[in-house]
Amino acid sequence: MAKNKRKLLQGNGACVQGAIYAGLRFFAGYPITPSTEIAENCARFLPQVGGRFIQMEDELGSMAAIIGASVTGMKSMTATSGPGYSLMQENIGYAYMTEIPCVVVNVQRGGPSTGLPTKVSQSDTMQARWGTHGDYNAIAVAPSTVADTFTETIRAFNLAERFRTPVTILLDEVIAHMRAIVPIPEEGEYEIVNRVKPTKPPEEYIPYEITENFVSPMPGYGEGYRYHITGLTHNTLGFSTNEPEEIVVKLDKLKNKIDKFQDEIMKLRVNNMDDAEVAFVSYGSVSRAALQAVSLARSVGVKVGTIQLYTIWPFPYDKLREICSRCQKVIVAELNMGQIIHEVRRALPEDIEVLPLQRYDGEILTPTQLLEKLEEVL
Amino acid sequence: MAVRILDKIKTSQDRFEIRLSGSGGQGMIFGSVVLCEAIGKEGAKNVVQSQSYGPEARGGASKADVVISSEEIYYPKAMKLDLLLAMTQEALDKYYKDLKENGILVVDTSLVTEMPTKDYYGLPFTQMAREEAGHVMVANVVALGAICALTGIVKKEDLIEAVLLRAPRGTEDRNRKALEIGYNEALKLKK
Repeated sequence: MAKNKRKLLQGNGACVQGAIYAGLRFFAGYPITPSTEIAENCARFLPQVGGRFIQMEDELGSMAAIIGASVTGMKSMTATSGPGYSLMQENIGYAYMTEIPCVVVNVQRGGPSTGLPTKVSQSDTMQARWGTHGDYNAIAVAPSTVADTFTETIRAFNLAERFRTPVTILLDEVIAHMRAIVPIPEEGEYEIVNRVKPTKPPEEYIPYEITENFVSPMPGYGEGYRYHITGLTHNTLGFSTNEPEEIVVKLDKLKNKIDKFQDEIMKLRVNNMDDAEVAFVSYGSVSRAALQAVSLARSVGVKVGTIQLYTIWPFPYDKLREICSRCQKVIVAELNMGQIIHEVRRALPEDIEVLPLQRYDGEILTPTQLLEKLEEVL
Repeated sequence: MAVRILDKIKTSQDRFEIRLSGSGGQGMIFGSVVLCEAIGKEGAKNVVQSQSYGPEARGGASKADVVISSEEIYYPKAMKLDLLLAMTQEALDKYYKDLKENGILVVDTSLVTEMPTKDYYGLPFTQMAREEAGHVMVANVVALGAICALTGIVKKEDLIEAVLLRAPRGTEDRNRKALEIGYNEALKLKK
């Protein structure tokens, strides 16, 4: 392996390098622990590639700024933690409604409120799905290592561009601050997706046209296309509407563009599941403890496997049901008081027992704790 | 009935865990980063570093962990230490319990006086740094040299290169010397 293609990076640093690789050129944010290094790295590295970094007055402004930047055609991102993620929700909803691609990183810490600034948590899992009001479909990805963070950030940008929607990256304090030597891909090694631009002349352009995949081509402001953007429910021309038929068309568009193309979004890591009688389901840093626990348990002949959710939203109900079909028990391990476990219960038939393993004291679940739980349920 | 798994497991996996511990300002984090870069340089080993963070890092004992494996590192944090470096009494008292049975204990005997075991490697890193390398600041690098000699986990040349890459300009000679004396003195102790 070539020496110059490996680099010692922190999780937060890998997020920024991955983002720049994917085409990030505008970052607006308000630093908050444990995400601060993302802002710092953007301030340092974005100007080197002709990009812009701006520290905003708060998280409301940060979110607004990245939406505005995206409208001009730039790939944009912000990074925050729970308290800031709450403040961003109004404008995240605006981006869902107006279908403006952007990436929001939430490096999770303990909550609610200002909670535990320096401690790890996964308690914003549901907020990434239902954080803002109204009906919409959300996409959220969850890396679990420094190397993952690089590639999942690329994937988050690609999904945002492909589906014209905000994408949340759910990191946590452990991954964000960990350092590892990671491979740095060459240009072209990973596919980079860019939003589809209109091919019709401006006078024929319909900004929210219903296409085959429900995603409308999006010009950059200043490229000669004039159109109206509003958070009010709008028709295909972008103007607000109270017409029931037009309302349904808009909301179905938001739903269908993601629902009907879930295969492009789903990503799981399935490990040792072929003959597993018990499975761990986890995501983020906890999935590393699960992999460790399973490799140890397998070494003494226990039939246990793990399923790691890289894509959290949309939730992989069907895939999970299929993979767990031969399991008797499924343990859902997460750093909260029970969030994704409810989705796992919805996914699996009643004869599979779904059991919780939850930790919410600011520390990470350890392989030993997972093995103890395994002993308990076997 | 509960099944016993934990008792049966032998943690003889391909995994080596190092903790550098001391108090804030002793350069434990610097040491761990340098160690990571030196070990990961050739690409044959995977390496992950983590450290005390927040209020924990500002208190008395501070630590930085390095996990090394030639396979994929699943759990990134230390579970049972193969090597503990303790640069202060407080760090030793706090972290000794995390050391594996037959794990390697390395202590700075200029600052640590009470040993929990007879089985340890002791060198006065701080004193060596001050008197022989020219500055107390490089005690961490003296210790790195010793770890290098005691474990063979990293090549001395790679470690020197990694230290010099990150050390402030003008301190190269001092750091090189610190690493050499740590290495040479530890070699004499090696069992």
